Amino acid sequence: MSSPATILYCRCAYAQVVPTGVKNDVLQQLCASEASFETVSDLCEMAAHRDPRLQAIAACSKLRIAACYPRAVKGLFQQAGFPLPAETEILNMRTQTAAEITESLLRSDS
Amino acid sequence: MITHTHRPLRVVLYEGSGSIALPAESRAKVMMALLDQGYTVTRSGHGASAVPHDDRSLLVLGAFEGRAPALEDATGLVSIDTRDITGLAPDAIVALVSKSRGDKPMNEPGKWKPWFPVIDYSRCTNCMQCLSFCLFDVYGVSEDNKIQVQNNDNCKTNCPACSRVCPEVAIMFPKYQAGPINGDEINESESGREKIKVDISSLLGGDIYSALKDRSAAAKSRFSKERSPDKALDERKKCLTKLVGDGFIPADVLASLPSTEEILKKAEIAKAKAAAALAAQ
Ligand code: SF4
Ligand code: SF4
Repeated sequence: MSSPATILYCRCAYAQVVPTGVKNDVLQQLCASEASFETVSDLCEMAAHRDPRLQAIAACSKLRIAACYPRAVKGLFQQAGFPLPAETEILNMRTQTAAEITESLLRSDS
Repeated sequence: MITHTHRPLRVVLYEGSGSIALPAESRAKVMMALLDQGYTVTRSGHGASAVPHDDRSLLVLGAFEGRAPALEDATGLVSIDTRDITGLAPDAIVALVSKSRGDKPMNEPGKWKPWFPVIDYSRCTNCMQCLSFCLFDVYGVSEDNKIQVQNNDNCKTNCPACSRVCPEVAIMFPKYQAGPINGDEINESESGREKIKVDISSLLGGDIYSALKDRSAAAKSRFSKERSPDKALDERKKCLTKLVGDGFIPADVLASLPSTEEILKKAEIAKAKAAAALAAQ
């Protein structure tokens, strides 16, 4: 059996550019599942001060991130000095629906 | 300089063996409230991997039915606190977390906005125009002569002006509303780019920008002979006022502009840095 994915949810709490309905729905659906997952208040805030937790996140295999535009999320990690692995899946809460996002986050690969 | 470095407590909502799972609705409420206050929260359940821990304190919340276990980190590096949340309403759980944190400092949403440029290095050609453009020393050059965002605290909140000077559309502000500045995909056939570049050159009073861009002696002498610093400053202010009026940059950017002398000095320094980095490539 393959190893499970690591799920990360960004709340975008320092300046809400992600629609509230979508980010609440995604979190609610994650909470309604059985899965373990990680949540952070704001990836931009972490990148601004090179939070070493970004390094721990970038080191995870099979990473799936619910945040915003993939180009922005990749850029934030790279600028903080911890580039994301190329195979990281980034789901965009600014443009995708909560259902699409949670389906991708919780998808089983086995 | 990087400020706002107080990292939050990592809260773990433990629902493994020895603890009763919370109802999904309460779980979501607790997580939303904690995240909106700036905490990092891990839900420990099944079927996905957790992010490994770092050196911060850990607060483990679980419905332990009055028997919260006393835990100790095997490496001795991390302090672990456990709290029983059996029967507590979401508000009471959030209050428990605040009490447990005590007066440890933490960054908090609402008190500061993480606003700074993020470079898309897959597009950046290292032309150094952003370094020459920014009047607040946000950009610098790395040891290997690559453009870098070095002083993100200096960036003027809500001012995305440098993103418009980048010829490769490589500068993003993730907290900006519209694309492609917010990181949205770039429509390569976008026809507005040339027009935008003209706006920026007028923003800087024309001559400063062309002097920086051309890096030629001719441009330099034209700047010093044809325009008095006062006139250049007047012109820059007029153009900035227009951009403020258009809602593209915030009014406080105008208020916090350095003096003309400082701008000229900064321009010289930036030009020298850019020229050295370009020559070393
Ligand atoms: S990464 Fe995107 S979703 Fe997360 S805080 Fe930054 S802008 Fe918001
Ligand atoms: S202006 Fe754009 S392409 Fe040029 S160095 Fe800056 S980010 Fe890179």
